[in-house]
Amino acid sequence: MSDTTLPASDSGAAPREIAVELADVTFGYDRRTILTGISMTIPRGRVVAIMGGSGCGKTTILRLIGGQLKPRSGRVTVAGQSVPDLDREALYAMRRKFGMLFQFGALFTDMSVYENIAFALREHTELPEELVRDLVLMKLHAVGLRGAANLMPSELSGGMARRVALARAIALDPMLVMYDEPFAGLDPISLGVVGQLIRRLNDALGITSVVVTHDVYESLKIVDYMYFVSGGKIVAQGTPADVRRSGDAFVRQFVDGEPDGPVPFHYPASPYRSELFSRA
Amino acid sequence: MLSAVASGIIDGLRRLGGGSIAAIGRLGFASRFCVAVVRETPAAFARFHLTLREIYFSGVLSLIIILVSGLFVGMVLALQGYDVLQRYGADESLGVLVALSLVRELGPVVAGLLFASRAGSAITAEIGLMKATEQLSAMEMMAVDPLARVVAPRFWGGVISMPLLAALFSTMGVFGAYLVGVRLIDIDPGAFWGNMKAAVDFRYDIVNGIVKSVVFGLAVSMIAVFEGFDAKPTAEGVSTATTRTVVESSLAILALDFVLTVFMFRGLGV
Repeated sequence: MSDTTLPASDSGAAPREIAVELADVTFGYDRRTILTGISMTIPRGRVVAIMGGSGCGKTTILRLIGGQLKPRSGRVTVAGQSVPDLDREALYAMRRKFGMLFQFGALFTDMSVYENIAFALREHTELPEELVRDLVLMKLHAVGLRGAANLMPSELSGGMARRVALARAIALDPMLVMYDEPFAGLDPISLGVVGQLIRRLNDALGITSVVVTHDVYESLKIVDYMYFVSGGKIVAQGTPADVRRSGDAFVRQFVDGEPDGPVPFHYPASPYRSELFSRA
Repeated sequence: MLSAVASGIIDGLRRLGGGSIAAIGRLGFASRFCVAVVRETPAAFARFHLTLREIYFSGVLSLIIILVSGLFVGMVLALQGYDVLQRYGADESLGVLVALSLVRELGPVVAGLLFASRAGSAITAEIGLMKATEQLSAMEMMAVDPLARVVAPRFWGGVISMPLLAALFSTMGVFGAYLVGVRLIDIDPGAFWGNMKAAVDFRYDIVNGIVKSVVFGLAVSMIAVFEGFDAKPTAEGVSTATTRTVVESSLAILALDFVLTVFMFRGLGV
């Protein structure tokens, strides 16, 4: 399948500063190749989705951007700095400008909601406790959970945990927030709330957001640009408007939720007939 | 037929080779992990409140099992010891027998085994679950090193707790032996305490016992944090890691005890 750039609908927009760039990135473990020839450009201030089925390598892209993995070849740059070339100190300094929301929140289970959000502030700043308290309450207010400050993570619903994780991700006012499956396992109300929060916080705080997800409907509502990944390659890309009117077979199967298509229903196997009758 | 045998042999050799490479790789990772944890020691002591919290979880919360076990071990030791000693008219040496057994061997070893089961397994499960729920990854992405923030305080919390627990175990054991020997069997308390005081040497017995418990603390704590950190991030992976901690710690304690005893008490008569 070829990399399809869907007909652009906002080509007249002024060029923006590049926040994240991947150029011809290849990654794999031992002999297994996960990603091949991935190239993407994420402008500052935009919400960009990386979409694809489970196990297609979406989360690996986030880990490459965050420096948790190093590519076999190609370039990963964030704010002009080559991430794989950073030493530990420089990588940690860069990560202080990142926020990340993990699939199920990854809240620290031995700390209250308040402590979870204060964690990064206390680790990386020398702020007085009163100021930390004000900042934590502001972040919690932004996600609508100021009243839940004293709850423990085990007392939160899935949607609330995701919102707390979101507040934690923006605690240090990052330049880039990465979301790993922010919509997975949420009820429709929480889904809408988290989606709107991603968009609103991105615009209000002037950050850049990379959303890895397979939830196409929610993404179409909030993102500026989408990349479709399948089999470790980018197979299509475009704005939500482009995606809606796309005739690309993969995009159509993904958007319409068709069970069979470019992504086959059946796992590769020997011919059905020969397998059934081979025992006779 | 011949080719089937040949392929079986090749398959076996391949598995042996694969297993050996995996084991050596794990050993290498474990060695690098140990060095990395020890390197983070200043972090654990610079923010001592984190280590103090782990001393509470590993040490204070293990107190009940250590104290009760120590009491019963001492009481049983007194009953069994008296049974043998009184046959030779040496029942007044009961205090000596119990104190030396506890201080040199049973205190560090049994406390170490209990510590591995109670605290070691809990440390592994906690770190393993933090890994499985991506809490360690989250910390890393927040530019906080999990080795410094999570692993090193737990390691040093265990190392500090272990000798204290062993000392309390021995103390409770001696008290249990006193209850049985003096209160129940009616051995002369002066002989019980006096013989004990005369026979137990601070440098030779007590210090060596403390050294043993420190070594066991280092071994159990390192195994516990390593197994947690190296656990597969699944429910099954965490349960396997917890089991491995208890088994490996127990074997390490017993093997190290033999080696230390040989050097400390000239167990082989050399």
